Amino acid sequence: MANVYASMTPAANTVFDVEKIRADFPILSIKVGDKPLVYLDNAASCQMPRQVIDQLVHYQTTQHANINRAVHYLSEVATMEYEKARRRIQQFVNAREEREIIFTSGTTESINLVMQGYGRKFIKAGDEIILTTLEHHSNIVPWQMLAEEKGAIIRVVPINDAGELDITAYEKLFNDRTKFVGLIHVSNALGTINPIKPMITFAHQRGVPVLIDGAQAAPHRVVDVQDLDCDFYAFSAHKLCGPTGIGMLYGKSSWLEAMQPFKGGGDMIASVTFEKTTYAAIPHKFEAGTPPIAAAIGFGAAIDYLDSIGMDDIAAHEHELLSYATERMTEIKGLRIIGTAAQKTAVLSFTLDGIHPHDIGTILNEDGIAVRTGHHCAQPVMERFKVPATSRASFAFYNTRSEVDALIAGIRNVQKVFL
Amino acid sequence: MMNSKSLYQEVILDHNRKPRNYGVLDNPSYHAVGHNPLCGDRLDIALKIENDQISHIAFHGESCAICKASASMMTAAVKGKTRPDAETLIQEFRDMATGKLDPEQPNHLGRLTVFSGIRDLPTRVKCAILPWHTLHAALNALTSVSTESDDNPVQATSVSD
Repeated sequence: MANVYASMTPAANTVFDVEKIRADFPILSIKVGDKPLVYLDNAASCQMPRQVIDQLVHYQTTQHANINRAVHYLSEVATMEYEKARRRIQQFVNAREEREIIFTSGTTESINLVMQGYGRKFIKAGDEIILTTLEHHSNIVPWQMLAEEKGAIIRVVPINDAGELDITAYEKLFNDRTKFVGLIHVSNALGTINPIKPMITFAHQRGVPVLIDGAQAAPHRVVDVQDLDCDFYAFSAHKLCGPTGIGMLYGKSSWLEAMQPFKGGGDMIASVTFEKTTYAAIPHKFEAGTPPIAAAIGFGAAIDYLDSIGMDDIAAHEHELLSYATERMTEIKGLRIIGTAAQKTAVLSFTLDGIHPHDIGTILNEDGIAVRTGHHCAQPVMERFKVPATSRASFAFYNTRSEVDALIAGIRNVQKVFL
Repeated sequence: MMNSKSLYQEVILDHNRKPRNYGVLDNPSYHAVGHNPLCGDRLDIALKIENDQISHIAFHGESCAICKASASMMTAAVKGKTRPDAETLIQEFRDMATGKLDPEQPNHLGRLTVFSGIRDLPTRVKCAILPWHTLHAALNALTSVSTESDDNPVQATSVSD
């Protein structure tokens, strides 16, 4: 076996201390039965470092009150911290303005917000929406609901055997009825990194806005919404070391201002009478009701944490894990990697000849190894590869080469059980 | 961890490798298809009733080892049983798998208690139960059943006998 480290630049090795990073994550030292936890289900949800947990505790013990309302001390502090988190997210994705960042409950709600606020207002009967085979169900179902309501049509970009989008087919799908593109940045099921920038440029040349589902991209690489020039970008906090129940939607302010509100209620109005209500300015127009304030602040703390490590170093370490794990998996007879795109994040979806993914997941669990088994909310991808389900190991920056070795040993053990 | 270690015991692995009563039955009295849309598992069960007893039973389909072994052991257990006796086993198996029946208490399950560890793996309970749901549907002359219809898991379409 080739030594992967030999091909690494020494700099990448010296700055990135994975053991020091692991010490920040209390949960990584738990045991599953009598086995140390090997957590490889990061694409589903990432673990939380002590720094974020501490921030949540600090907020709840010294800063909590409702925001945007009272003039008292705690309300002022809570509002300030909440808006500080928004500013951190703005910086993280390099948005022009803070008001282009809307807090949502997660990627799914962000996409639904665009469907309701943009789609219901601007998409009409006969209009066409372009999606891809790689989309997560959360970027399929809302558009199907809209298409059904409006009589719009959904067009789907196919993928090749490696799990890469067919860009020629994408370009051919455009016509003068095309009104919207929904595009996943990184495939949750396969790890494929899509060439979204030229795809966005192509759509814009035809006057079509583009929404990017960045749930699997933002935790793993630098995202610059101005450079991408996307119209909307969505992701969740819990996939990048933050709490569940909070996520973000970036939207160009011109779109957000033109869109109708998603939910009605308190906090999203300028004034209310029974004759007429005027809405608040963005972003508050889209943030009805009391938000999960602590979670939003935790989201900001998670971004502080990631930035303290550096997204480029995170991407480099994860890429090294991907190369090593791919090489080790290739050694295993009867193992098929589903998704072999040239550009990938550290996701390995695989099948084992004659062994059902659920059996693989349960037996790996006996060794303390957490992987996801199933269709990964991406049934069109499973159908494309003619498999009902796969097992998926997805890595984070705190995973190690020895955890890759544990996974490989675990897979060999599964094969032994079914021999 | 917990009882999952004991889940893939030799008896279960053996029934997975060499399933009993695996195949298609000609001219069945009852027939039903069970489906778990979450994992794509599909199970086809057919049986004959003669002199008030299940005289023949067969199954086939695509599934995980737990589901296949459960189906294999189930067919072996209900063969020769009356319909009420089979229904008792179905109820007891479902109760054991969902933790409502303690396998230490008196029951009719016999070697089927090898599946008792499944109650600690909620995501796998459906795998073990699917054959039993499907048998229940067949015995009640219902043609299909899905693990994902909560209130009424048994959806009647037409009588098949």
